[in-house]
Amino acid sequence: MNKHLLSIDDVTAEDIVRILDTAESFREVGTRVIKKVPALRGRTVVNLFYENSTRTRISFELAAKRLSADVINFSTSGSSVSKGESLKDTALTLQAMGADAIVIRHSSSGSPLTLTKWVRGSVLNAGDGTHEHPTQALLDIYTMRERLGRLEGLRVAIVGDVLHSRVARSLSFALVKVGAEVTLVGPPTLIPPDAPGWGAQVSYDIESVLPKLDVCYMLRVQRERQRQQYFPSVREYARLFGLTSGRVAMLPPEALIMHPGPMNRGVEIESDVADLPNSVIEEQVTNGIAIRMALLYLLLGGARDARPGGVSDLGGDEEEAGT
Amino acid sequence: MDEADVRRAVTRIAHEILERNKGGNGLALVGIAARGDDLARRLAVEIERIEGTSVPVGVLDITFYRDDIGMRAEAPEVHQTDVPFDVTGRTVVLVDDVLFTGRTIRAALDALVDFGRPRAIQLGVLIDRGHRELPIRADFVGKNVPTRKDDDVRVALREVDGDDGVVIEPAPTLRVAKTGTGDDRA
Repeated sequence: MNKHLLSIDDVTAEDIVRILDTAESFREVGTRVIKKVPALRGRTVVNLFYENSTRTRISFELAAKRLSADVINFSTSGSSVSKGESLKDTALTLQAMGADAIVIRHSSSGSPLTLTKWVRGSVLNAGDGTHEHPTQALLDIYTMRERLGRLEGLRVAIVGDVLHSRVARSLSFALVKVGAEVTLVGPPTLIPPDAPGWGAQVSYDIESVLPKLDVCYMLRVQRERQRQQYFPSVREYARLFGLTSGRVAMLPPEALIMHPGPMNRGVEIESDVADLPNSVIEEQVTNGIAIRMALLYLLLGGARDARPGGVSDLGGDEEEAGT
Repeated sequence: MDEADVRRAVTRIAHEILERNKGGNGLALVGIAARGDDLARRLAVEIERIEGTSVPVGVLDITFYRDDIGMRAEAPEVHQTDVPFDVTGRTVVLVDDVLFTGRTIRAALDALVDFGRPRAIQLGVLIDRGHRELPIRADFVGKNVPTRKDDDVRVALREVDGDDGVVIEPAPTLRVAKTGTGDDRA
């Protein structure tokens, strides 16, 4: 595994399987009375959130706490950022305080990569602009494997505002990596021009795609990132691309309905559809904690010095914990 | 030890567990992954054969409780834990293949008490090879094997290795490289 998780590019198909398998063990921890293990005692994880977030921040916080790491939550309001402190100075401050991992969400694409130049710890991208959101993609893939038993050959449609969606990018890259077939669906204005290079199909007609799917993944219409009019009206968008109960009937009966949240009920997904038994939106949230525990464990569970530029051959010399 | 020796040792330990605890009531077996869980299942079969009581079996992965996380280059590989019963109030017999430094057992004790408060915890191992680094001893031992600290003791079980047997490989006099001789838990 790479030291950082900035994008799906940082993991191989084998890494993905290892992350999912490790998450499986952490899900068991989440079912115990005491949902906590001492694996990362003494490590410090900083949540650096420059954008609003409910589930990702809480999920990372819970994940770190269940591993017994110390967690510091840092959001822009109430910090020196509102006094004008730059990302670099904030990063150097956190570095000076000894953060072992920094989880960052930022509205500028590429800011996690920039951060790696200033800090010694691991950097985990929790969503950067319209670039990537790799932990979301991994928890989605985990949910698919759990419910459907396989990844290879799965037919997945990612529907909606693909252009502004870091989730769509990470998920699509990750699915292609593990051998799934991805179709991006949306109005032509919201399909990125480079989409054919992602290894995915493109369709502008949701109804023609639905009957063949294993997973129908709905994206939120990100109006806060849309700087111009991409479709005539929300009502028209909902009529052409929303997942209605009529469209759910076109899906194979076993197909999963997924959404990364937060949902705009009535826009990309009809309210009743979100609550169907095939909709695994809440499971995605639960699995998110296990995936983030697995990632923190795999990134921080190795030797502190076993990093580029450090001493990295402590492996075989160590006394076994065992026997 | 060959297959017959392993079988006899398991049978004897099953008898000793029943003798010590005056039967199988309130007992539970928890094996430490990997191989300890297979031994625990075998002991449960033996106990059922001898006494007619069925004893619940759990599997414990102690990875998250190891004392060397952050000292190895890579995070240790993780196995499944499955303790499908309440340990509170039971006498739990921890089962492992080899008792060596005692560090695995220390981790297992920590892991187990996160599941509840057992009435008592006992320890059964197939091989005790000495060289303890912690004040831990086994209640039930298949065989005491004197070893050098850097010998390699390998337990094979048919569930994972296809065959039963215990082999002691003496430490090579010259260690070529510090490539991990294999994670015993992996």
